[in-house]
Amino acid sequence: MTLLLNILVDGIAYGMILFMIAVGLSVTMGLMRVVNLAHGGFALLGGTFAHWLGSDLGWPFWLALPLAVLGTVALSMPLERLIYRRVYGFTDLQQVLATIGLTFLMIASVNLWQGSSLLTVPLPEGLKASVDLGFRTLPVHRLVVIAFGAAVVVGLWLLLDRTRFGIRLRAAVDNRGTASAHGINTDRIFMLAFALGAGLAALGGVLGAEILPIDAYYPLRYMVLFLIVVAVGGMGSIPGSLLAALGLGLLETATRYLVPDYATIAFFALVIALLTVRPNGLMGKIA
Amino acid sequence: MNTTMKSWLPPLALLALAVVLYFALPYNLAFLTRILIMAVLVLSLDLVLGFAGIATLGQAAFYGAGAYAAGLFAIHVWADPVAGLLVAGLAGAALAFVSGLIVLRTHGLTLIMLTIAVASICHEIANKARDVTGGADGLRGIRMEPVLGLWQFDFIGKTGFWYALTVLAVVFVLLTLIARSPFGLSLRGIHESPERMTAIGVSVYWRRVTAYTLGGGIAGLAGALSAQVTQLVSLESFSFTLSAEALIMLILGGTGRLYGAVLGTLVFMWVHHWAAANDPFNWLFVIGGLVLAVVFFLPRGIIAIPTALKRLGGRHAGT
Repeated sequence: MTLLLNILVDGIAYGMILFMIAVGLSVTMGLMRVVNLAHGGFALLGGTFAHWLGSDLGWPFWLALPLAVLGTVALSMPLERLIYRRVYGFTDLQQVLATIGLTFLMIASVNLWQGSSLLTVPLPEGLKASVDLGFRTLPVHRLVVIAFGAAVVVGLWLLLDRTRFGIRLRAAVDNRGTASAHGINTDRIFMLAFALGAGLAALGGVLGAEILPIDAYYPLRYMVLFLIVVAVGGMGSIPGSLLAALGLGLLETATRYLVPDYATIAFFALVIALLTVRPNGLMGKIA
Repeated sequence: MNTTMKSWLPPLALLALAVVLYFALPYNLAFLTRILIMAVLVLSLDLVLGFAGIATLGQAAFYGAGAYAAGLFAIHVWADPVAGLLVAGLAGAALAFVSGLIVLRTHGLTLIMLTIAVASICHEIANKARDVTGGADGLRGIRMEPVLGLWQFDFIGKTGFWYALTVLAVVFVLLTLIARSPFGLSLRGIHESPERMTAIGVSVYWRRVTAYTLGGGIAGLAGALSAQVTQLVSLESFSFTLSAEALIMLILGGTGRLYGAVLGTLVFMWVHHWAAANDPFNWLFVIGGLVLAVVFFLPRGIIAIPTALKRLGGRHAGT
């Protein structure tokens, strides 16, 4: 029972982190059809900013977190304008290469600025504590991560389902040409969606620093993980990303608790089996 | 000069360059041999990507499989280099065939991701099977017999250089023959338009699996060379970075021409070596910048420069 609860809490917290980081990737892939291998770089940038503000400058966590997210968003917009906009028209292979090049530059920049050691984000006392449920204790950090994840899910749903921006974004995902012909400024939608995805990745990176430790090589180390979430969920599908992130988070946590020696192998084997049966992912529309 | 002779000019020039470099840089033979080995790996990628059009980021899986197969074969069975090469080629081909059966059912992003995933699984297996592979410490204790019983591997790396150069030349000729065979032509057809090839009765899936398997075998040869020459196999053989760098070298040189793959390897390894020697902490800036520059300004690779210059010259002459 305790084991089950452990798997459930850790798995959902892990899944929420994966969702926050990968949802932007899924949207940009569905929207701009761009294979963005550099997406994990935004989580790294967020983590690096948070480390700098929290560790080097000693600012409180709850101030460093939003500033790190804003800093990443502020960097992502000119990047979209200058680089990504030209990448959209490329073939799959060229996109892969261009974004690998960008990933290398991001790693090199963080390496130059903060070195290649572990970049810790100091947590406030409140987050390090645990709550007593009577029969067992739970770390507050995991619960806060789950709460943030739930808030992001609800926020995204409201944004996409209830606002004009959401309607335009969905229209652009479904058919860019038609959306553009209806007077929707798709370039602006692209940039905002990209910035939103980058910001969420930064949020996930900072909040998840306890689970996915941050150092300069973060984007390469977890690249497959984020891509798996998108491929399993189905490109461009936000509910798919949520389902895939939670499922994969629980799966990986369960294998880690139950068969620790074979966790990674079991995880990949199950993912490959799933993608063999459903090549377009759980809720994918785009092949 | 007829076209057949002309098409052999660039590879012969590269071969001559290799011999010149051997005499010009006698103290850098280890580095030169490393370039030759990478060139074999990048050639295997050219078959898979340049000819068959399969965008893979997991070629290191077969390189690593070949390296470990050659290393383990030398330690436990027989330390003959050529037998080791064959075993490693078979190991790479077998892994490519099995994984290709699954991976090639998908396309686009899912395919790219699955190829990375296959290499990640291999990395993890090699890491966990510490008793067999040595885990993160790497596979040590490889002692090779002389090549063909004649040439002992020496400390400076002379034998290693000629051995790797010979294998590279054989692989190059083999791939040239494959490219000109009906099979090679059908791969080009599949690359250009899978629908039309299906329509004229070609089994696209099985041709792609065959190309993937062949590519895996050749990547296995590259891995074996590395294991035999350096007498060490590390987990890095399966790393994503290796797959990515091989891809960058291929695109840098230009796909589908074979000698472009060799040229790209040469240039990339040289830039890498130079950048890492000058600034060991920030060479990734150079590599990242190089990749972006190639993708944005030279999408067809170095081999397209003469054509581009000629067109530029022609335009000037016309105006």
